[in-house]
Parts: sequence; C-alpha cells; structure tokens
Amino acid sequence: MSFLPRPAQRPRASARWLAVLRTPVGFCASLGLLVVLAFAVIAPILWTGKASATDVPDLLQGPSAQHWAGTDNLGRDIVFRVLVATGLSVELALLATAITVVAGLILGTAGVLFGRRVARLMAAAVNIAVAFPGILLALFFAVIFGIGAKGALLAIGFAGAPAFARLAQTLVAGIESRDFVAAARIAGVGRLRLLVRHILPNVAEPLIVNAAIGAGGALLAFASLSFLGIGVQAPSYDWGQLLGAGLAGIYEQPVAALAPGIAVIVAGLAFNLFGEALAKGIGLTTTLGRIPLGRMRRQPAEPASEKDGDVPVLDAADVVVTLPGPGRPIRPVRGVSLRIERGEAVGVVGESGSGKSLTALAVTRLIEEPGQVTASRLRFLGNDLLAGPARLHRRLLGTKLAMVFQDPMTSLNPTRRIGRQLAEVARRHEGLSRADALAKAVDRLRAVRVPAAARRARQYPHEFSGGMRQRAMIGMGLMSTPALIVADEPTTALDVTVQRQVLDLLETIRRADSVALLLISHDVAVVGQVCDRVLVMYAGRIVEDLPAAELATAARHPYTRALAAAVPDMRTDLDAPLAVIPGRAPDPAAFPPGCAFAPRCPLATEQCRIDEPPLETDARGRRVACWHADSPTDGSTEMTTAGRGHE
Amino acid sequence: MASLTVPASAARGLADSVALRFVVRRLARFAVSLWVLLTAAFGMIHLIPGDPVRAALGISAPPSLVAARRQALGLDLPLYEQYWHYLRGVFTGDLGSSMTSQLPVSQTIANRLPATLQLALAAFVLAIVLAIPLGTLMGVLTRGGRARRTELAFTTTSVLLGAIPDFLVGVVLVWLVGVQLHWLPVAGKAGFASFVLPVISLAIGPAAILARILRVEMIAVLQADYVRTARAKRLPALAIYLRHALPNALTSTITLGGLLLSTMVAGTVLVENVFAWPGLGATIASSILSKDYPVVQGVVLVYGIGVLAVNLLVDVALALLDPRSTIRES
Repeated sequence: MSFLPRPAQRPRASARWLAVLRTPVGFCASLGLLVVLAFAVIAPILWTGKASATDVPDLLQGPSAQHWAGTDNLGRDIVFRVLVATGLSVELALLATAITVVAGLILGTAGVLFGRRVARLMAAAVNIAVAFPGILLALFFAVIFGIGAKGALLAIGFAGAPAFARLAQTLVAGIESRDFVAAARIAGVGRLRLLVRHILPNVAEPLIVNAAIGAGGALLAFASLSFLGIGVQAPSYDWGQLLGAGLAGIYEQPVAALAPGIAVIVAGLAFNLFGEALAKGIGLTTTLGRIPLGRMRRQPAEPASEKDGDVPVLDAADVVVTLPGPGRPIRPVRGVSLRIERGEAVGVVGESGSGKSLTALAVTRLIEEPGQVTASRLRFLGNDLLAGPARLHRRLLGTKLAMVFQDPMTSLNPTRRIGRQLAEVARRHEGLSRADALAKAVDRLRAVRVPAAARRARQYPHEFSGGMRQRAMIGMGLMSTPALIVADEPTTALDVTVQRQVLDLLETIRRADSVALLLISHDVAVVGQVCDRVLVMYAGRIVEDLPAAELATAARHPYTRALAAAVPDMRTDLDAPLAVIPGRAPDPAAFPPGCAFAPRCPLATEQCRIDEPPLETDARGRRVACWHADSPTDGSTEMTTAGRGHE
Repeated sequence: MASLTVPASAARGLADSVALRFVVRRLARFAVSLWVLLTAAFGMIHLIPGDPVRAALGISAPPSLVAARRQALGLDLPLYEQYWHYLRGVFTGDLGSSMTSQLPVSQTIANRLPATLQLALAAFVLAIVLAIPLGTLMGVLTRGGRARRTELAFTTTSVLLGAIPDFLVGVVLVWLVGVQLHWLPVAGKAGFASFVLPVISLAIGPAAILARILRVEMIAVLQADYVRTARAKRLPALAIYLRHALPNALTSTITLGGLLLSTMVAGTVLVENVFAWPGLGATIASSILSKDYPVVQGVVLVYGIGVLAVNLLVDVALALLDPRSTIRES
C-alpha cells in the first residue's frame, strides 16, 4: 500500500513526526518497534551461547522453570533461540529494505537524470515488473542469486524495488511539474543537483513511510524464503528457518513452530503499524468528512392553518437542522417556516453557509442520521411527513416531488445507463414493466429536449454534456407528475448559455402543468427573473420574504438591499469597482448573538447586537426580521465601494 | 473478449472505437508483458553466476557428464539460437525436461497445476464471498461516524488478520485444528476436508483487506451526490446500497482485489509447503533447492502467466463494471 502526499499546508516536519507518538496507535507501534529493535541488538550478544547449548537429556521437553517454552529436538531452549533469531531476522530485513530503497530510487528517478525517454522506458519496465507479486519476484531472483542468506537478501531487496520505484516515479512526477522545479531548471541547475536538492527533499516523507512499511514486508518475505529452505541455512537461524524446522515436528513440539511464527507476526505488525501511524501523523492519508445526514423529530405540534380547499404544496414551520460538529453539534438551520402554494415559484437566496440547501434537504426529508431535523409542522400536499417512518411517504415523495441538484456531473450514477436511471422511478413507484418504464424514460428525455433520446437513453452519464445531464436530471423528476420541483442551484455548474436553456425548460414545465418550484440560488438575478416570491436567508434563518418584483425596488431588510445592489445591471458603472457586501458570512458553528447580520450591517444599533429580531408578517403577507426594516441605508454607497478591501 | 465491447456496443461510432482501442491496447500490453516474462524466464538460467549444470550436478560430477548435459539442454549453442529454441519450445508446449527425473517439464506442470488452480480459485471465491457482504454491511452500518464500536472492532480485527501472512495462518491452523483438535487433515490433498485449512489460510488475509477497502469505499460512495439523487428518487434502502452504491464502490475494490488475487496465486507457493499440497508451489520450492533449472523455469513461467491473466481479467471486469475505465486507462 502506498501513500501519496496531500497538497496542503502542513506544520513543521519535526512537530509532525513527534505528533505521531501522541496517537495511541503511533505510541504502541513505536514502542513495539523499539522493543523489537532492542532485542535484535541485545539478544544475540547475551544469549547466543544459551540458544545453541544442547541439553541432551531434555529433548523436546514441555515448558519448565529452566526452559520457559520447552526445548527443541536437540534440547535447545526455544525462547532463547527465538529471541536470538531477532537479530538476524531484523538485520536481514533492514538490509533488504536498504537494497530496495536504493534500487527503487535509481529506477524511479532515472527519468530526472537521463531525460524523458529514459523515464518512459523505466515507467514501462516498472509497470510490467510491479504486476508480479513480490514473493514470485523474490523466488525468481533467488534462483539467480543462489540459495542462502546472501542470495535471499539480494532477491528480496530487488523484488521490492519495482513497487518502490513506482512510488518514487509517481511522487517525482508530481513534484517535477511544480513551479520551483521549472524555475530551478531554467536557472540552469544540473540534473543531479536538481534531483538531490530540489526534488528528493520534497518527496522524502512518503518514501520514508513506505520504507518503514516495506521493512515489515521484507521481514515477512525473509521468513517465507527461509521457511521454504531457500533463505538462511542451518546452523544459522532466523525466524523463518526456525519455523520451517518447527513445522516438521509440530506434533511433538508445537511451540517450536508457533513461537517463531508469533515473533514474525509481532515484528511485522510493529513495522507495519509504525509506518501506517507515520503516514497518518504526517497527513498522507485523507479522511473524508462530509455532512452526515438523519432523523426527523417533531417539535410540540402547532395547529395546521390551512383548510381543505387550498392545500399548499409544501407547508413547513420551525424547521431546525442539527448536525454533529467538531466539538459540539452545530445548528445551520434555525427555525425556518415556509409555505409554497400550487404552481408557485419560490426562490431562496443567500450566501453559502446561510442554510438554504440544508433547508431544502430538510423539508424534503433527505437529511440522514446523525443529522437531525425538527419541525413543528411539515406537510407535503396535505400529508404529514412527520408522522410515521420515511418509507410510508416513499411513494408520495417519489412521484410528486422532483429534485434537481447543483452538480449534474456528480448527481447521476456513473455506472448506470441514463435511461435506466430514469426508468427506475416508474418501475419502483408506478409498477411499470421494464420495457414500459424505459419507453417512458425515452419519452421524458424527449420532453426535456434531449436530442436522439432513444439512443441517448442507452448511454452513460460520462457520454453526456453538463447541460444535457441537467436536463436528464429534470427529466428524471418528470417521470411521474410532480407537484413540486426543488432545484438546488440547478445552473451554477453550467455555462451561461446552457443556464438560460435549463431555466427556460424549468419555466416551461412549470407553466404547462402548474408545478410549484422551490429554486435555491445564490444568484439574485436568476431568482428575480424566475420566481414569484423570494425568501432571503441569512445565518440559518429567513430574514425577508417578499415578492420577486420588489426585490430590486422595495426590499426592506438591509441585507436584501445589499444583495440586490450587488447585482450588476445595464446601468452599472463599469469603471467603478464591483459592489460587495463587506465582511463575511458567519460560521454556522458560531453564529453571533442578536441579529446575525449586525456585524456587517450599516444600520446596526446596540439592540441589534443583543436581541434577535423576530420575523414579522405585514398586512400584504410580506415578512421581514429587522429592527430597522424600511429605514433608508444612507451608508449604501459606503457599503458598496468599501467592500473591495475587505474580501 | 467479445463481451468487452458490450458496455459501448449500444452507443455506436465513437464509443465503439473507444472500446475497441481499449481492447487493442490492453491486449498489446498483455503481449509485451508476456514477452518480457518469457525473456526473463529464459534469461534466468544465463544470469546464474557460473555454470548452472555444474552447480546442479555438483563438483564431483565427471566433466564428460557435464558436457553431455550441457549439450542435452542446448547450452552449447549460441545465445540467440537458444532463445529461438526456447520460444519455439514454449509455443509448442515443450519446456524441456527435468535435470533430476528426466521427465518432461510440461508433464510435471500438467500433473501439478490442477491442484494449485483448485486451491487458488477456491480461496479467491471464499475471499470474495466473505469480503463483499461484510464490507458492504460494515460500510452501511458505520457510515457517517455511526456505530463507532462496531467500526473499531471490525477495523482492528481486519487489520490484524490482513497483516498475518497466509503461511503463518496455515501454521496456526495446523496446530489448532490438526494437532489440538484432530478435526481435519493437515497434509496432502484427499477430498473436500483436505481443502478446508489451506483454503482458509489463503483466503482469510485477502478477505480481511478486501472487506476493509470495500467498507471505506462504500462510505465514500454513500456520500456521493448520485446516492443523494437515488435517495431523492425514494428508492428503498436496499436498492440504494446494492444497485447504486455497491457497483461504484466495487471499482477500486476490484482493482485491489486483482492485486490480491495475484498475491494469492503466489501465496499458494508457501501454503502448499505448509500443507504438503501436491501442487506447483511444492514443486517450485523443491526444484529451486535441487537446482533443477528447467523445472524452475517452467513453473516460474506458469505462475507469471497466471498473474498476467489475472490482471487482464481484472481490467476486463473493471471495463464492464465502470465504462469510464476504458477511457481513463491510457
């Protein structure tokens, strides 16, 4: 197993190596390795005599006070023999590793010294050699170098070289493309100097780590060869040789075979774990950490407000999302209430981190454990989504709710044909036959204007362009007759021209079947054009809810006004710097007390920093959460120009 | 080979040529590797310092015998002629004959290969059958930091099992099941019972490693956007795990599984020696010790071809599972 470096800023080398010792695994592995090395040095000095002293009356004895683990077929003490064998076993393993490292480095860096052609030739040779397992290579070399410790040493050393060379090649190739190497080349630094001074120091850490793991491998390989009788020959003995001799008499004296076996395992593990701990400590492996998702809980119920006649498509109140954070849980969505009528297009705008995407996932019940969602009300087409487990609502949500996600490049399954991915919905929720479902998928692809739909349906996502994939995603949502399309940044990952097409497509669908739309976007202009109503989110709350037409002219919250002002239009002075909102959006792990926008707000007063303004509904149904709603922002000019320096 | 074009056959034109190019490129690589292998097997004898015949017969052998044996092996011919004879011999199934028993090497291989193949295949099947359900289950159970204790127990056990070399597992099993419990035979090949211990020895390490990799892959894949899409389609959990996540998690698992399969092929050498299994592994060890070079040459060739074939199969399986790999590979 090899580890590649992570291209990130890392703390100083010595600190990182020391940090390895502080992890439990790192500490145990280092300690174990230290013990193994200590025995390797001390045991042969102290106990060689005792280990070879034959005790004829005590052949094949069991454990006794004199011989802790008993004696072998010549009456020699098994414990002492195993301990003394540590010396030769570890010494040979380290020597073999040294040969591997030197040979591997020569093969792996030959390209730097001798140019591109040699590099390609070496890469090809290493590629072929690396395909063969180490033990086969070792046997091959053992034939050439002959039977015995020296032959086996060379054999194991060279057998490990291709894998090490491959690693070195990969690492060097990564460093070679960096600017400082190019700069050194242009400056006329010689090839050898370039390698030794500029390249090797930058790839040393992963190479050392892999050498440590490789030493464990060499130890096992030596045990294997000696066990087969090809490595160390009697009267010398290493663990493998003891093991082979012990196995022959396993019925008479099992300890003679088991003890060296255990020694091999312990020492091998010590080298391996030490290497792995080093790798982890210096940050060569990346652990994935993304938002884990969860269960739904109901807050104290609130009476539902609607009557039977006008059931809204979606009606959610006090939605709170809690996610496990690094220290304590974080709450990126803090009590969002929203209502979408049939056929209505509602936009949600806000900066990244405002909780708009999580709100969408929460109301559509797509947040998984350990993430938690609570709400006092969550109704979809009049059905209480908080009642009962998710599978009860599967059919309803599967047919009446369509989702379009941000990145069409990653939102389609790369291993399944497009047609089947669409057909699945109809197969599952409408019980269509495979052929019927596929026919419907082709029909839907046609409806979202995918040309040559029948042929395209048989293709895989990687054969589609970005815009085409997003249309396929929308087509997937149209497999049934959705009442609501939730589109989370559906155009962000697309080219400008394709963006327009996708928005037009959503608009057409909406008009044709009066489908409601929840459009999440950080693009205020897009939302203003497409939607009837806009929800502005900041720091996990809705701060304003207003008709889209009033976004540019009659916004009441200073944040909304700043957002609207930041949109360039035809009248924008091209010479003036682009408008920016000063400061940065607050971190969900530490929302400020009071109004979360106060630190960035030109109107903020003492009250804003202490009391959180409630979301108040006015006579026309507009909502705003601001103590200074409707106050003119005199500072708007200052805000829009001063911003540049801040970001 | 025909099946290789299946993923792209539906999409004519460009896609077809992509698949075709993949097949051609992959076969070319196989051919080059095979040639390197043949040359290495041939060169092995000539790289041995000193006279291999003298080394095999011992210093006391009369010079006339050495000369006669050299002639019989063709070692007195010019090198290029020997190379040509060797290649021709390999392709006509003539691998020379043993220096000790005088039996044709091809016959020894034909006698011994089936036992090794059975062992390796049984172990591979067992490893897969253990690893895929276990790795998938563990991935699903421990995703997103769930079930920390299960995760810890699984990781520790699998790291330990994966780190113990197969032949040492074999030694422990011989002692435990054979010597202590007398449950199963520990030497030779006779019936189903004799398979149990060698197969377990070979399979358990790779199974642990595979399951561990698959768990990590599953966890990563379960966080992918397309799994969220599948959940948004409100598919049942099992369909999401098995149809949407598993195939994607398997691609890198198969790549590593292929590596493990070739180490398993090589692992037979040692395990066969532990269990006195009448296969090629026992043959190669004894023929190296007796310096029976034609046999060594033949067996090395067979193992090498086995590894190359496994790698080819793995790439084909990957191409079928994830069509993108035909493009990536270049």
